[in-house]
Amino acid sequence: MMNARSLENPNAFESPRPFEPFDDSPLAGVMSTGRLLRAYLAEARFESLRMFRVLGFSIPFLVLPAALYLLFGVVLFGDAVRNDLSTGKFLFTAFAVFGVMGPGMFGFGATIATEREQGLLTLKRALPAPPGSYLLAKLLMTMLFAFIIMVTMITAALLLGHLPLTFAQCARVTVIDILGSLPFCAIGLFIGTRASGKAAIAFVNLIYVPMMHVSGLFYPLPKFLRTISPVWPTYHLQQLVFGALGMTFYGKSAVHVAVLAGVTVGLTALSVRRLARIG
Amino acid sequence: MSNEIWAELSGVQKRFGKIVALDGLDLQVRRGELFSVLGPNGAGKSTAVSLMLGLLRPDSGAARLFGKSPLLVEPRRQVGVMMQEVTLAPELRVREHVALVASYYPRPFTPEEAMALTNISPLAARPYGKLSAGQKRQVQFTMAVCGRPKLLFLDEPSVGLDVRARETMWATLRQLIRNGSSIVLTTHYLEEAESLSNRVAVLNKGRLIALGSVNEIRALVVRKYISCSTALAADQIAAWPHVESVTRDQQRLEISTSNSEAVVRRLLAADSNLQELEVRRAGLAEAFTELTQEAA
Repeated sequence: MMNARSLENPNAFESPRPFEPFDDSPLAGVMSTGRLLRAYLAEARFESLRMFRVLGFSIPFLVLPAALYLLFGVVLFGDAVRNDLSTGKFLFTAFAVFGVMGPGMFGFGATIATEREQGLLTLKRALPAPPGSYLLAKLLMTMLFAFIIMVTMITAALLLGHLPLTFAQCARVTVIDILGSLPFCAIGLFIGTRASGKAAIAFVNLIYVPMMHVSGLFYPLPKFLRTISPVWPTYHLQQLVFGALGMTFYGKSAVHVAVLAGVTVGLTALSVRRLARIG
Repeated sequence: MSNEIWAELSGVQKRFGKIVALDGLDLQVRRGELFSVLGPNGAGKSTAVSLMLGLLRPDSGAARLFGKSPLLVEPRRQVGVMMQEVTLAPELRVREHVALVASYYPRPFTPEEAMALTNISPLAARPYGKLSAGQKRQVQFTMAVCGRPKLLFLDEPSVGLDVRARETMWATLRQLIRNGSSIVLTTHYLEEAESLSNRVAVLNKGRLIALGSVNEIRALVVRKYISCSTALAADQIAAWPHVESVTRDQQRLEISTSNSEAVVRRLLAADSNLQELEVRRAGLAEAFTELTQEAA
């Protein structure tokens, strides 16, 4: 009864200061372009901030590519690399591609599946989050991670790996790798919209691990595996990075770009349709 | 309150597989009212709210928010939402969560204003994951009001709150209503609905079984409760006409009846020493139980 009594006396506990009421004009639901843009930016900013704070995500994905590159390209095989520049460049491309796979696949795949289960997507839909801001934020977060990974990789390659990379090559590789993270986002998104939170991590690993090892990313493959390596997006991305560094590569750049773009657009379209229908 | 309709379901049918969640439901939420949607579990309360928010689409009939489809973002920019089951990023700080949601609205409170309003300013720098369950609900409530909404949907808002936090929430709700906002409250906590609501809808099995002010709903139930101190025996009174049940708690008798006047007259005639006579109408909780049992 105490609650009911104090309800009749609004001053029983601190009553909020009077505040300005809502906008009652017919334009109340209309958002200026500037504010809309700020909403998209806020979503991306907080998504990135939060993923940086998950140390189990940010430290491995940001540090591992350059650390592994230094381990293999400098500590273990430094002498071989100095005698044969192409080996050094090969290792650089391998870890650069490896670096941008993780944030996209895990940042998208596992987090979307979990957040779907936790009701966050439903809340975002009920709230007036601008259309697509949730996915766009994750995309920008991944691209920011890819950018940082490339900066650390290039710094390591120039300072410790003794790779003679020109500024133009560095810029090209960075742009290719940042855009190259998109098909991995799409794979993660596809899994994240279909699997439960726990299953999503398993499914992502089920694709991540073979893609890393049997696409020819790190070492030459036996012939029977080499024939099927073009099914992996990593293969196409690595060929583009080879090209950007002036190395010889298989196939045509346009075909590699088309495959990566196809994977991105196709899987994203399937996922977005499912999100819209089921949530 | 005015007759301006802000949210509306008309003739809405919604099935989930073989289960009929809503069976031709009509509901209207008007400007400036606190509208409570009550019902036992599975009555269709959440489905009704989800339809008004555009989270579900009706199989037939229509849902409207400010006269528009709730699937559009524009009407939803005038709405604040607090859901029952949601897990927010534990790594973000309270202020960051509020700032993010405020950014979705055209003319929101600043995060500082919103947090001051709901009395959570001291939590601003705390990571959300480190808060108690009650503090998390307070943050979610702040997120619901930070956009300066015309219409607020609250699903079991005070679950897990201590008395003080609940009082602050209710005071904020009262201020919102004074400012002309409307609130749609779904709750199991009937005292909350009884104290705050202008109007109440009672749902059962996807149908509207009662709609009106708290007093009107209570009046639907004719039963009244008489209590008194008397030497009369309980089983003797239980045999009188119009008496439905009698319970004794030490000296006091509690009698439930459909005709309190007749029973009181007879009580006073039978026991001249009778004391502490009280007659009360069914509360919302009792009315609710009776209405939903009748409909079952």
